[in-house]
Amino acid sequence: MSLGAYVAVSAALFAIGIVTIVTRRNILYVLMGIEMVLNAANINFVAFGRHYGGLPGGGGGLEGKMFAIFTIILAAAEAAVALAIVLNVFQAFNSVKPSEADQLRE
Amino acid sequence: MQEHILSWITFLPLIGMAAILCVPRTNTGLIKAISLAATGIPFVLATWLYFDLFDKSSANLQFVQRLDWITSLGAYYYVGVDGLSLALVWLTTLLLFIAVPASFGIEKSQKSYYALLMLLEVGIIGVFVALDYFLFYVYWEVMLLPMYFLIGIWGGPRREYAAIKFFLYTLAGSVLMLVAIVALRLQAGTFSIPELMALAQSGAMDGSKLPGGGELLGMGFQTWVFWFLFVGFAIKVPVFPFHTWLPDAHVQAPTPISVILAGILLKLGGYGMLRACFPIVPDAFRANTYVLGILGVISIVYGAYVALGQSDFKRMVAYSSVSHMGYVLLGMAALTEWGMTGAALQMFNHGTSAAVLFLVVGVIYDRAHHRDLNGFGGISQVMPKYWALTTWGFFAALGLPTQAGFVSEAMTLLGAYQSADTRFQALVVISLIGIVLTAAFLLWAMQRVFLGTLNAKYKDYGDMNAREVFCQAPFLALCLILGVFPWLLTDWMAPTIKLVVGTLSKSA
Amino acid sequence: MLQFDPAIDFKLLLAVPLIPLFGYAIQIFFGKYLPRKGDWLLLTGMFVAMCITLYMAAKAISAGYAGEEFRHNSLDHGWGFRWLYSDRGSEAGSGNIVAGIFYDGLGAGMLAVVGVVSFFVHLFSVGYMHGDRRYHIFFANISLFTFAMLGLVLSDNLLFLFIFWELMGLMSYLLIGHFSHDPNSPRIKFAASACKKAFLTTRVGDTCLFMGMAILYYKFETLRFTELWELVRVTVEQNGGEYPGWLTAAGLLCLGGTIGKSAQFPLHIWLPDAMEGPTPVSAMIHAATMVAAGVFLTGRLYPVFSPEVLEVAAIAGGVTALFAATIGTTINDIKGVLAYSTISQLGFMVAAVGVGGVVPGMFHMLTHAFFKACLFLCAGSVIHGCHHEQDMRKMGGLRKFMPITFVCMLLSTIAIAGIPLFSGFYSKDQIIAAAFERNMLLPSSTATFVSIALPAAALLTAFYMFRLIFMTFFGTYRGGQAEHHVSLAAAGHAHVGHAHDEHGGGHGHAHGGHGHGGHGHGGHDHAHGGHGNDHSGHGHDHDHGHGGHAHTPHESPLPITLALMVLAFLGVFGGHFWPATPTDPLAHHGTWFQKVVSHDSLYGEKVARFVEARQHHALGPQAVPHDPEHIEHAKHAAHGKAVVVSLSVAGAGILLAALMYLWGKIRPEKVVGVIHPLYELVAHKYYWDEIVNLLVIKPTMALANSLKWIDEKLVDGFVLLVGFTQRAFAFFWAWFDRTIVDGLVNFVGLVSQSLGAITRLVQTGRIQQYAAFAMGGGLLAAAWLILS
Repeated sequence: MSLGAYVAVSAALFAIGIVTIVTRRNILYVLMGIEMVLNAANINFVAFGRHYGGLPGGGGGLEGKMFAIFTIILAAAEAAVALAIVLNVFQAFNSVKPSEADQLRE
Repeated sequence: MQEHILSWITFLPLIGMAAILCVPRTNTGLIKAISLAATGIPFVLATWLYFDLFDKSSANLQFVQRLDWITSLGAYYYVGVDGLSLALVWLTTLLLFIAVPASFGIEKSQKSYYALLMLLEVGIIGVFVALDYFLFYVYWEVMLLPMYFLIGIWGGPRREYAAIKFFLYTLAGSVLMLVAIVALRLQAGTFSIPELMALAQSGAMDGSKLPGGGELLGMGFQTWVFWFLFVGFAIKVPVFPFHTWLPDAHVQAPTPISVILAGILLKLGGYGMLRACFPIVPDAFRANTYVLGILGVISIVYGAYVALGQSDFKRMVAYSSVSHMGYVLLGMAALTEWGMTGAALQMFNHGTSAAVLFLVVGVIYDRAHHRDLNGFGGISQVMPKYWALTTWGFFAALGLPTQAGFVSEAMTLLGAYQSADTRFQALVVISLIGIVLTAAFLLWAMQRVFLGTLNAKYKDYGDMNAREVFCQAPFLALCLILGVFPWLLTDWMAPTIKLVVGTLSKSA
Repeated sequence: MLQFDPAIDFKLLLAVPLIPLFGYAIQIFFGKYLPRKGDWLLLTGMFVAMCITLYMAAKAISAGYAGEEFRHNSLDHGWGFRWLYSDRGSEAGSGNIVAGIFYDGLGAGMLAVVGVVSFFVHLFSVGYMHGDRRYHIFFANISLFTFAMLGLVLSDNLLFLFIFWELMGLMSYLLIGHFSHDPNSPRIKFAASACKKAFLTTRVGDTCLFMGMAILYYKFETLRFTELWELVRVTVEQNGGEYPGWLTAAGLLCLGGTIGKSAQFPLHIWLPDAMEGPTPVSAMIHAATMVAAGVFLTGRLYPVFSPEVLEVAAIAGGVTALFAATIGTTINDIKGVLAYSTISQLGFMVAAVGVGGVVPGMFHMLTHAFFKACLFLCAGSVIHGCHHEQDMRKMGGLRKFMPITFVCMLLSTIAIAGIPLFSGFYSKDQIIAAAFERNMLLPSSTATFVSIALPAAALLTAFYMFRLIFMTFFGTYRGGQAEHHVSLAAAGHAHVGHAHDEHGGGHGHAHGGHGHGGHGHGGHDHAHGGHGNDHSGHGHDHDHGHGGHAHTPHESPLPITLALMVLAFLGVFGGHFWPATPTDPLAHHGTWFQKVVSHDSLYGEKVARFVEARQHHALGPQAVPHDPEHIEHAKHAAHGKAVVVSLSVAGAGILLAALMYLWGKIRPEKVVGVIHPLYELVAHKYYWDEIVNLLVIKPTMALANSLKWIDEKLVDGFVLLVGFTQRAFAFFWAWFDRTIVDGLVNFVGLVSQSLGAITRLVQTGRIQQYAAFAMGGGLLAAAWLILS
C-alpha cells in the first residue's frame, strides 16, 4: 500500500478527532477526540517511519515507531490525569460539560 | 511627672481611648472601667495641680512645656496654664469624669461612644492648655470631630440634622479663625500666643508685613482679624445671632453630651476670646467693646425671652445657656477687673449650673420619653428627691445668692456698671430684665413640671437612683461652695485677670 | 454684767443665725429618720437662739437706758467673713468684700423680735402642722427662713443684706408652695402659682435693689452701711446740700426693693396670694421676716435716701396703707383680712420713714411683728379649730369654743387698732405724730396727704379688725356642716348650717339675732377640749370631719395656745411696759424703743444731725433752718394732736364695726347697696391683679412667644437660608460636574468600552471554541502556505 493511503486514514481520523473536540459538549467525548487526534499522528509517525526508514541518514525505520510508542505512553498519562480532573469537576459541578465548569473555585 | 503634668492630663484620656479600642466590644464593663480611670486620673491630677502645685500668687504661665513640633511651619508643642485656664481645665476633667457614669444608660455601640468621649476630652483640655496658635487650632478641630459623631450617632430623632448643623456652623467659624491665624503668623512670624500678645503690646500688630497693609474687605488689619477671631469664638459661646445651632444640638444630643456641650464647649468660646483674641488685637477690641457689650446684653435678654416662650424643657434650658453666656461677653467687654472676674467666674459657674439643668432634663426624659413642659405636672409628689435637687439647680441657675451664679452675675453687672465707658450703665439696666425673666421661666417650668396636681400617667415613677444623684451632686455642691466661698476661684484668677485687664486697657 | 463684750458676744451673735442653719442641714438630710421627725431639735435650737437674742437685746436696752452708745461692728474687732478677693495681706483693696456683724439698737430689737417670733412660730407649727406629709421639710425650711432673716439683721453691708434678702425670697417660695406638693391639700394648685408669684414679684423689687446697690458701689466703692452713711453725708455736703441725681436714683431703686419685699403698692400683689402657704409661714412672712426686711432696709438706708426718695416713700406708704385697708374691709377670708392688714400696716411704716419718722417706723415694725404674729397664729388656731375652714362667714361664736384663742386674738386686735396701753398704739401714734409734725414744719401736698391717709387707714384698720373679731368670735357658729352629710348625726347639724349658709351668701352677718344652732355644738367642743390637753394626741385634724362627730370647732392644743399667749402678751406690752411707769400710760417720756433707738444711735452723731437737717430742709446754703424751739413746739403740738386723732379714729372704727357686725344696727348689705360700684371696685382689689396681668404678664408672654417665633423663623431661618442657598449652589455644580466634566471622562471610557465589547465577543472562555479557532487558524496558515 502506498503512503498516500496511510496518510488519508490518518487525515480522516484527525479530522474526526478535531470535529469531536470542537463540537461535542461532553468532556469524555472531547477526550476521545483528543485520543483520535493523537492516534492520527501515531499513524503518520509509523507510516512515514516505514516509508522513509531505509533511506540514507534514516534510523532504519525505528524512529517512527519510537515516537508512536512515546505518544501512546504520553496519551495514557494524559488520559489518566484528564479523567481525574473530570471526576473532580463532576464532583464539584455535578456535570462534565466544559462550558458549565466556568468557575475556578468551589 | 510634675513638670509634664499638663501633658499627662491631656493625653491620659488618649491612652484610655487606645485601651478601649483594644477591648472587645462586648466587654462593656471593662470599657466603662477604663473610661472611668482615663477620666478619673486626669481629674485627680488636675485637682492636685489646682490646690497644690499651682502657684496662685503668680500671674505667669506655669507648667510650661515647649517642644519642637512642625519646625517647617514654626509650630511648637507649647502648653501651659495660668489662673484663667486652670479652673477650666479642672472643670473639664470633673465634667468628663461625671459624664462617664452619666452615660451608663447608653446601650448603643458603647465601645465607640466611650472612645469618642475620651478623644473629646483630649481636644477640650488641649484647647485650654495650648499656647501655640497652631496647636490651639488643631485641638479645636480635634474636639469637633467626636462631638459630631456623639450627637449624630447617639442623639435624638433629628440627630443628623443637628450634628451637621453643629459641625458646619462651628467649622464656618473655624475657617474664619484659620484665616486670621494665618494672617497673624505672616505678620508676627510666630504662632506663640504669649509672643503674639507681647507683640501686640509693643504695637507691632499693624499688618505692615502683609501686602496692602493687611487690609481686607476694607477693614484694617486688626479690625478684620479681630472680627474673624471673634465670630469664630462667638459661634461657640454662642452669642446672638450665632446661637441657633445650640438649641438643636442640645435637644438632639444625649444627656451627657448636652452636659459637656453646655458645661464646657460653650466656655471654649469665652476662653478663646480672652486668651487668643482680645489680647492679640487689643486696639480693635478696645474700639468695639460697646458693640460686644450690646451683643452680650441682647444675648441675655433675648435668650431669656425665647426661653420663656419654649414648651420643650430642653430647649428652654438651651436658651437659658444663651442668656447666661451673655454675661460672659458683657463682663469681658466692660474691661474692669470685676467685670472680667465675673465673666471668668460665670464661665465656670455656668458650667456647673447648666450641667445640673441638663442632667435634670435627662432624668425626666429617661422616664417619660418626652420633654413637653405642659405634659407633666405634680411630679414632686412621686419624685421628691428629684424635685429637691431640681429646685436647688434652678435656684442656682437663676442666680440666687449663696449660689455661685449670683457671685458671677453680680460681679459681672457691678463690674460692667463700673466700666470707664459709661454707656455700659444703660446696658446693665437692660440686662436686669434678663434676671427677672430667668427666674420667671425657670419657676414657671418648675410649676408646670413639679407642682400642682399629679398627672396620673406618671404616678408610678421611681425617684432618682443613686447614679443620677451622684451625677448631679458634685455640681450642686460646687454651686453652693463657690457661692459661699467664691475666693476658691477668684484667688486663683485674680493675678491673671489683673494682668489681662491691665494690658487690655492700656493702649500700645 | 450687761456690758457688750466683743470677745464673746460676737460669737454669740454669730451663733444665732448659725443654729437654725445647722438645724436646717441636719433636718433636711436626717429629719425623716429622727424621732418626731426632728421638730424637737429645731425647737431646742430656736429656743437657745431666742435666749441669746434676748440676752443680747437686754444689753442693748440697758445701754440705751444708760444713754451709752451701742453700735458694734465685728470688723472693728478683726472678725469678719471674707467673701471675695481674699487677697491675703491687702485688706482694703478694691473689690474686697468682707462681711462683719453689725449690732446696734435697731438690730438688737429686730433680732430679738425675729428670735422670739420664730421660736413661737416653730412651737405653733408643732401643733399646727402635725400630720403633714412633709413635716420635717417644713421645719427645715422655716428654720432656714429664720436663718436668712437673722443674717439679714446682722449684716453690716448692703451686699450681704441682699444675699439674705434673696435667700428669704427662696424660702418664701418653698414655704408658700408647701401645699403645692400635697395631693391631699385643696390648695395644691393655688399654692403652686402663689409661690411663683411671690418670688417673681419680689424679684422685680430685688433687681431694683441690686441696681441701686450697683450705683452705690460704683460711686462709693463700699457697701458697708456705716461707710455709706458717712460718704453720703460728705457727698451731699460737698454738693451744696443737694443730693446728686445719681444718689436719688440709687435711693429710688433701693426703695424699689422695699416696695417689692414689703408688699407696697404697686408690687403688693404677691402678699395676699402668699396666704396659700401654711398659716405659720404667713405669720413668719407677715410678722418677723420677709416683709419686715423691706422696712428694715429703709431704716438702714435712711440717710442715703434723698428728700425726693422720701417723698416717694411717703406717697407709696400712704397709698398702700389706705388702699389695702379699704380692701381689708371687704374680705371674708380670715387670713385674707390679715394679709391686707399687713400690707396696710407696712404702708404705715414706709410712710413713716417717708415723712422722716424712721424711729416710729422701725418701732411699728417691731410692735407689729408681735401682734401680727399673734393674729396670724390665732387665725391659724381658728382655722385649725374649724377644720381648715377659712371663710369667716362660716364661723361665728367661736369665743365659746376657743376661749384662749379668742382672748389672744382680741388683745392683738386691740393692739393693732391702736388703743392706748397696747403696743400698737404707741408706735402708730408716733407715726401719725411724725406725719403731723412734718405737715406743720414743712407743709406740702405729700405731707398733707399722708396726714390724712394714715388716720383714715387707722380708722379702717380698727373697723376691719373688729369686723373680723365680731364675725369670727361673736354670734353663733355657722360653719362646718353644710358640706358634710356623712352620718345621721351630722344631718341634724346640716340643717342648721344650711339655714345659715343662705345668709352667708352676703357679707358676714354675725349680728347675734340668730339664736339657733349653737347649743348642739357645745358637747362636741368639750370632747375636743379634753383632746386638746393631751399633748401628743391632738391636732390630727385630718381625722376630724368624718364620722359625724367632729364638726364643732375646738380649742387648739397646748403648743399652739402657749405660742398665742406669749405673743399676745408681747403684743400688749411690747410697745411700752406701762405697769412699770403707771403714771405715764401714753408714754410721753418715750417708750423703751425710743430710749434704745434714735437718730444718734442708729447712724452716729454726725449723720444723725445730717438726717435731721435734711428732714427740716436745713441743708445747703440757702436753707432756712427752723428755730429749734419752733421744732420742739411743733413736735409737742403734733403729738398732742396725734393722740387725739388716733384715739378717735380707733374708737370710731371699733364703734362702726360693732354697729354693723355685733349689734346689727347697720346692715352691711345696705351699706353695700348704697356704695355698690365703689364696693365692687374694692372687693375686686381695685382690679390690680387683672391690670398687672394685662399690662405686664400678657405683654411679656406675647413678647416671649414672638421672639421665639423670630428666633425659629428669622434668626435660624437665616442660617437655614444660607444653608439652602449653599446647597442649591452645590446642586448646580454637582449637575455640571456630573454632566459636563464627568461626561467627558465618561465619553473616553465609553469608546474604549465599546471597543472592548467587540473584542470580547471572541473571548468566550470556551476551550472548545478556542480549539476551533486554533484549528481554523492552522488550516488558514496551511492553506496560505500551500497556495502561495
